[in-house]
Amino acid sequence: MKSFTKLTSKIIPLPNTDVDTDQIIPARYLKVIDKSGLAEGLFDSWRRLEDGSPNPDFPLNQDEYQGAQVLLAGDNFGCGSSREHAPWALMGWGINVVISTSFADIFRGNALKNGLLPIVVSEEIQTSLFDLSEEAPTATVDINLETQTLTLPDGTQVSFEIDTFSKTCMLEGIDQLGYLLKHDEQIAAFEEARA
Amino acid sequence: MTQPKTLFEKIWESHLVAESDDAPSILYIDLHLVHEVTSPQAFSGLREKGLKVRRPERTIGTMDHSIPTLSLDLETADAMAIQQLEQFEKNCDQFGVQFYGMDSPNRGIVHVIGPEQGFTQPGQTIVCGDSHTSTHGAFGALAFGIGTSEVEHVLASQSLLQNRPKTCLVKFEGKLQPGVTAKDMILALNAKIGIGGGTGYVFEYAGEAIRALNMEERMTLCNMSIEAGARAGMVAPDDVTFDYLKGRPYAPQGEAWDAAVTKWRKLPSDKGAEYDKTINVDVENLEPMVTFGTNPGMGIQVSEAVPSPNNERDAAKQSALQKALDYMDLVPASNLKGHTVNVVFIGSCTNSRMSDLRAAASILKGRKVAEGMRLLVVPGSENIRKEAEAEGIDKIVRDAGGEWRFAGCSMCIAMNGDNLEPGQYAVSTSNRNFEGRQGKGGRTFLASPLTAAASAITGKVTDPRELM
Ligand code: SF4
Repeated sequence: MKSFTKLTSKIIPLPNTDVDTDQIIPARYLKVIDKSGLAEGLFDSWRRLEDGSPNPDFPLNQDEYQGAQVLLAGDNFGCGSSREHAPWALMGWGINVVISTSFADIFRGNALKNGLLPIVVSEEIQTSLFDLSEEAPTATVDINLETQTLTLPDGTQVSFEIDTFSKTCMLEGIDQLGYLLKHDEQIAAFEEARA
Repeated sequence: MTQPKTLFEKIWESHLVAESDDAPSILYIDLHLVHEVTSPQAFSGLREKGLKVRRPERTIGTMDHSIPTLSLDLETADAMAIQQLEQFEKNCDQFGVQFYGMDSPNRGIVHVIGPEQGFTQPGQTIVCGDSHTSTHGAFGALAFGIGTSEVEHVLASQSLLQNRPKTCLVKFEGKLQPGVTAKDMILALNAKIGIGGGTGYVFEYAGEAIRALNMEERMTLCNMSIEAGARAGMVAPDDVTFDYLKGRPYAPQGEAWDAAVTKWRKLPSDKGAEYDKTINVDVENLEPMVTFGTNPGMGIQVSEAVPSPNNERDAAKQSALQKALDYMDLVPASNLKGHTVNVVFIGSCTNSRMSDLRAAASILKGRKVAEGMRLLVVPGSENIRKEAEAEGIDKIVRDAGGEWRFAGCSMCIAMNGDNLEPGQYAVSTSNRNFEGRQGKGGRTFLASPLTAAASAITGKVTDPRELM
């Protein structure tokens, strides 16, 4: 897993609520057997017009957002299917943080296991971030995982929650499977006891 | 006296391998279902790390998502699907995982064959790289969807890192009216609490209306728990559960069966057990439900009008509703009943079992689908297909002008060439009406098999009670 410590980035606004994983990456892109190439399908139906050309109104297609690593979304981001292709596609495009007021459980877990940081903020902060991205699309925010802070362009610091375990794994880029495998003896003992 | 416990707590606590203050709990997994779409990268991970599947006998593989339903060979599949399916077969073979391939008489949708074969049992922990794993909760199991990294975790360690979810008791009271089904119950719940209403919770469904449901109906209900964002949905096991399971190929047999039932009888929540939250739903006067929008929480009773964004006070909700109506090209405050339908899809892990097909056939029998209507009926498993054919349901469907297919996910996820054309309207018995879910630009109304079949006949969104 890629490690995550901090970043400074512009914000890509996606004001839709309940963005489901079918929008993040439609099923027609799920026939791959590896994790690469999925960025091509990221938000496919919103990003492209019917004839396949880029939709100029969609932020991912706009010049000012190229290179941005932070996606700001409406409530309940990532609902629907369990496809881990969703965080793979987001990260493939270059997004390393998603900010919302809430995340669907499976998406959140999938994101954390890939080094994609889901940040939950209050509705107030969400609104001010949307306002900011409209008024000053090139303004940047700082995100620091170590201190669990999001710093707005005016210096306002917002702290966010993350469980200690996920935080350590993300900071150090540790694959959680290693932790599980270290418990091999306990798993074997559990199996033994039930047999 | 010991502290009263919920069904969830009993299963959770009996599967804890390790607990720690600074890490999630390690939960043992009894049954792991895998399919072709969400497992390839997990098997690759094992290979790269030189790991084995820890308990291959607890792992079951089936192909369902990207397979064709027109034939039992892969001739009509596209090159990428073929590559994925072949890789899946190779993975199962190499890692010793029991595999239900195209030529298996027991193949089918992962959440249909688990219960059908008797793999799914009360008290188990069950996972699959698929959010509708919640289906298996109908048996009083703790069953939930996981991502591909977790598929790899379970393959390698038969365990998962999990934070303990909260519990929510969902009480369905009252008696369903004829023509109103389990699908309508869950669509009503989703409409009531919204698509994020269950996030962080495991639902336990209880109440008079739940006890009255058969196992297939309970599966329909639990299936769509994830549509409210719930981690899982479960129903306490009872005689209905045991009668369904008895004699199934992988259910315990003989003395082991009796011992299992004795154990399973202890699973239901104890009197006085506490939940973090309770939701009550009265189904006595419930009508058949239909969704109008672009998520499964956007549902109404069939006689109701489509909501109007102007009546929505919250700005974000107003804009979400407007976006949904724009995508669906629906007029606010208009009637959904009577709206044109181009395609009807009867299938998916929500509604593709015998009782669903029988319900649809009861309406289709002796009738013809509307002019220009495409009706697609896709059984959930090959066993169901054969049983339905033995009853003549295939003939009823074909005589009505519908297509009868081999088992698979088909137009539920539209990965296999079964899809809506842009702009088309479908009434579907599946579980998701997300934008483009059934084909780019396609528009989905979710409903029960009865409502779907009735709408196929009239070519319009129809209250099935008018044709019963
Ligand atoms: S039928 Fe649909 S929801 Fe069920 S497993 Fe297949 S694709 Fe998923």
